[in-house]
Amino acid sequence: MKSFIYEKADTPEAAVRDIATDGARFIAGGTNLLDLMKLQVETPAKLVDISRLDLATIDDAEDGGLLIGAMVPNSDLAADPRVIANYEVLSRALLAGASGQLRNKASTGGNLLQRTRCYYFYDLASRCNKRSPGSGCDAIGGINRILAVLGTSEHCIATHPSDMAVAMRALDATIVTLKADGDRRRIPIHDFYRLPGDTPHIETVLERGELITHIALPKPPSGRQSYRKVRDRASYAFALVSVAGIIGMESGRIANASLAFGGLGPMPWRDPAVEAALIGQAPTIDAFAAAADALVADAKGHGSNDFKLPLARRTLIAVLRDLTGA
Amino acid sequence: MFGLGTTNSLTMDKPHPSSLLDTGVQGAISRPFDRVDGPKKVSGAATYAAEYEFDNLAYGFLVSARIGAGKVVSIDADAVRSLPGVIDVVWDFKRFIRVAGQGGETKAPTQGVQEIAFSGEIIAIVVAESYEAARDAALQLPVTYEAGQGVFDLAVNRDEAYTPPDLVTPGHFAQGDVDKAMAEAPVSIDVTYTTPSQNSAAMEPHASTAVWEEDGSLTLYGAYQMPTSDASQLAKSLGLSAKKVRIVSRYIGGGFGSKLGIAPESVAAAIAAKQVGRPVKAVMARQQVFEATVRRSNTEQRLRLAANADGRLAAIGQESYVSNQPGEDYFEPVGIGTHMLYAGENRLISHLQIPVNYVLSGSMRAPGEAVGMIGLECAMDELAERLGMDPVALRKLNDASIDPEKGVPFSSRSLTAALDEGARRFGWKERPVARRDGEWLVGMGMASAVRGNMLMESSAKVEIHPDGSATVSSAMTDIGTGSYTILAQIASEILGIPVARITLELGDTNAPPAAGSGGSWGAGSSGSAVYLACEMLKDKLAKAMDVEADALTLKDGMAIGANRSVSIGELAGEGLEATGHIKPGKQEKETTQASFGAHFAEVGVNMVTGEIRVRRMLGVFAAGRVLNAKTARSQCLGGMTFGIGAALTEELYHDTRNGKLVNHDLAEYHVPVNADVPQLEVHFLQERDIHANPIHAKGIGELGISGAAAAVANAVYNATGVRVREFPITLDKLLAGLPDMK
Repeated sequence: MKSFIYEKADTPEAAVRDIATDGARFIAGGTNLLDLMKLQVETPAKLVDISRLDLATIDDAEDGGLLIGAMVPNSDLAADPRVIANYEVLSRALLAGASGQLRNKASTGGNLLQRTRCYYFYDLASRCNKRSPGSGCDAIGGINRILAVLGTSEHCIATHPSDMAVAMRALDATIVTLKADGDRRRIPIHDFYRLPGDTPHIETVLERGELITHIALPKPPSGRQSYRKVRDRASYAFALVSVAGIIGMESGRIANASLAFGGLGPMPWRDPAVEAALIGQAPTIDAFAAAADALVADAKGHGSNDFKLPLARRTLIAVLRDLTGA
Repeated sequence: MFGLGTTNSLTMDKPHPSSLLDTGVQGAISRPFDRVDGPKKVSGAATYAAEYEFDNLAYGFLVSARIGAGKVVSIDADAVRSLPGVIDVVWDFKRFIRVAGQGGETKAPTQGVQEIAFSGEIIAIVVAESYEAARDAALQLPVTYEAGQGVFDLAVNRDEAYTPPDLVTPGHFAQGDVDKAMAEAPVSIDVTYTTPSQNSAAMEPHASTAVWEEDGSLTLYGAYQMPTSDASQLAKSLGLSAKKVRIVSRYIGGGFGSKLGIAPESVAAAIAAKQVGRPVKAVMARQQVFEATVRRSNTEQRLRLAANADGRLAAIGQESYVSNQPGEDYFEPVGIGTHMLYAGENRLISHLQIPVNYVLSGSMRAPGEAVGMIGLECAMDELAERLGMDPVALRKLNDASIDPEKGVPFSSRSLTAALDEGARRFGWKERPVARRDGEWLVGMGMASAVRGNMLMESSAKVEIHPDGSATVSSAMTDIGTGSYTILAQIASEILGIPVARITLELGDTNAPPAAGSGGSWGAGSSGSAVYLACEMLKDKLAKAMDVEADALTLKDGMAIGANRSVSIGELAGEGLEATGHIKPGKQEKETTQASFGAHFAEVGVNMVTGEIRVRRMLGVFAAGRVLNAKTARSQCLGGMTFGIGAALTEELYHDTRNGKLVNHDLAEYHVPVNADVPQLEVHFLQERDIHANPIHAKGIGELGISGAAAAVANAVYNATGVRVREFPITLDKLLAGLPDMK
């Protein structure tokens, strides 16, 4: 670990002011950043500790939704009665992630910003465009069992590791931020993440020094919700494929569908074509298969992750069967 | 080394039918005592290798090579010397060890680190005032390499495979004519199984704290399973006399074979401590433990089984490819259990070693059986199906009454009893055919268990103090297995001194030498040494009491005989001591010795995703006398859990382009977590082994893993009808065989 300056921020305004030096980073739970610092994958010159900011409450919002403070621990969010009752997909996704100890420590805002778990990203002796732009990508042509099949580029095939963010994507969450200049903005999660393209080291649209203060959930969606995670062991493993699903039925047909996927892409994945294949349809295996085909239409395996294509299809079909009772 | 006065020595040339453990009346032996070291461990009072503190202690961080083959041209130490806290950068291209030592070796491991033989080889150590400063400098240290030609893909070097020199297991063994038997047999199986490289993944990383004494001797606080031979390895590596090296390993956070020999951090810490003139502590980072200590070799096993129509085996063939670094002759003894598990006239059990530039392969829990029994016991399952026989019945039919190769009797063998008891307890008769539970396909599988028993030369000293308490000391170790506890129980049973009044001093080469922990020999070997010391002490107490030893009863601190009752402390006068010393002898050749058992597993396989969840497992084991019902059970639980990992999750990924070990941490090298381990049940059969040693116990630490993975795999087949022969059985390998979803 390189030496760094440590500062503790008392207010969000102070935090964005403190961050305005080169190489400064926010730290909240530190469940990801500290590991990366030990390995010198990340080498911030300064850490601004935001874990004590008064942003650890979950409040009812005027639009009938919830306003979740960025410092709410994952465990607390998963256990909130409103979340359990109205946003079941989120509670389930949170509990599918990491371990009890990590969930106690990890923050809601930080969870959105987890770095990839690509083996090569973590290893300084390997080439990685995300860690060291322009160096190349050893994951392509290497071991890529856990890596992406959608939204990749020739520069990066990393996956986003979060479970929570997949549920947030299905729920159309909005990320509320405070910028260094004092402006606030609301970023729909749809616009929050960036595809790797030729700049895989830039993962979100956050500007330098921009602080996530809240995540806003719209009013609860109608229909049934579920989160299904497929992984290599029963706990403490990242998703090979996960599906966050919300399906509402009317008169025997699918009225609304919101489906987001983990383990497949560089961001929590959502594809309008998948939902379009379902809306207005009766819940039949043919409709589910059409949605599954739409999901993997542009997917591309890289060798050891080829299995994600059939796995994603099967998992989506099973989730749709469960949610529609078909 | 072993020639001490007041020593009771025994060479196991003859059976030892009587045992003081059967005549003792203290009631300590076999009882499920909690571990005597448990409170210290859970309260943090047990000091592990990385926790010793010294004045002026400096911290070392190892430097790992970033290429897979070639050589180090230069190290630019000046580039980091000026970083805050850095004391020095230390390397010694000649003396640094390139690989870890193998268990029991007394020579130095392969030395010389200018040549890079594998990715992650330890080439230098940075010493600093703090761990963080040392790590920072080590990661930044500029090293210039000259890339060389390495072999990183086993397929490339397959033609270079050679028959390795014999170990405990011969490299090549042939009896009769397997080809002919295969051609003539009405039923046969010819299949190939593969298992990947694995890592022991002990919770405690390898760590050494090196302290040079004023007389030029070295004390190394390490995490080593076999301090006596490890001190010799370390001394040879450093060019010292063995007398000048003391190793202290009082507590070890798991070893599973990975700490049998010394690892690179020990020599690096010692050389660095000498150079900077301060004690140096070197703790390997988890990635370095994976990359630079030891792996279990990958295997490719061709199994050929030929059977008569009634299921009797006519031939057993197990021909394996394994791998190790060029020049390293240790080979994974895949066929070790196959030699003695089943009868059958024609036998071919062979190994071919492929040289490859990966981290050293060496011993990991049950070297040989853990992977060899995957091939054998899955092939037996396949044979049973082809014969239309019950898998339990097939195994019972082929149970060997004498060693099928050496023609000598088994010292004790309860395979059929374990199979019967296991089948009964598990409800094997109700084995499902195509059972479903919602989305889950449910199946049951089983496998035999066998693990060779070993006795290793060991000694221990036992003292009785005037206050009636006792001290047991030996260079034996407790690697989390329960050595502290069972040795106290043995002494307690014979001497009639309560366990709570017995102090154990283990893990120090200043104590009488012992073989340490490995190969499941620890309890039998060191336990016998303690037994022999106590036997002599009992004689001394009898003499002091003026009665025959047979007529003396020792219980609860009192000596009772000839109508008198005297406290043991009083009889001991100013104190008594004796050293016990056990050595293997003719019994090793005159009998074949192994522990046996049977595994049963029930699994669910998700029809949608192929995810496998073990639902329950049962192991029935016979390993001679069970010295402590609780620690013995825990050993078996741990072994069975390893079996779950081997069956379903554990695999080291080697990047075939450059030899990098890709998943070098516990996040991506998947050992089973609690949620993967269901209800495990362990049952022991009553057994005594009078040929093994005077305590009549056989090895147990590795029995639980031997065959466990095969039972899980056979259950997966029973559930799905999909036979995966490439381990581990991850979900991607099942998907194509699962019911179509459209």
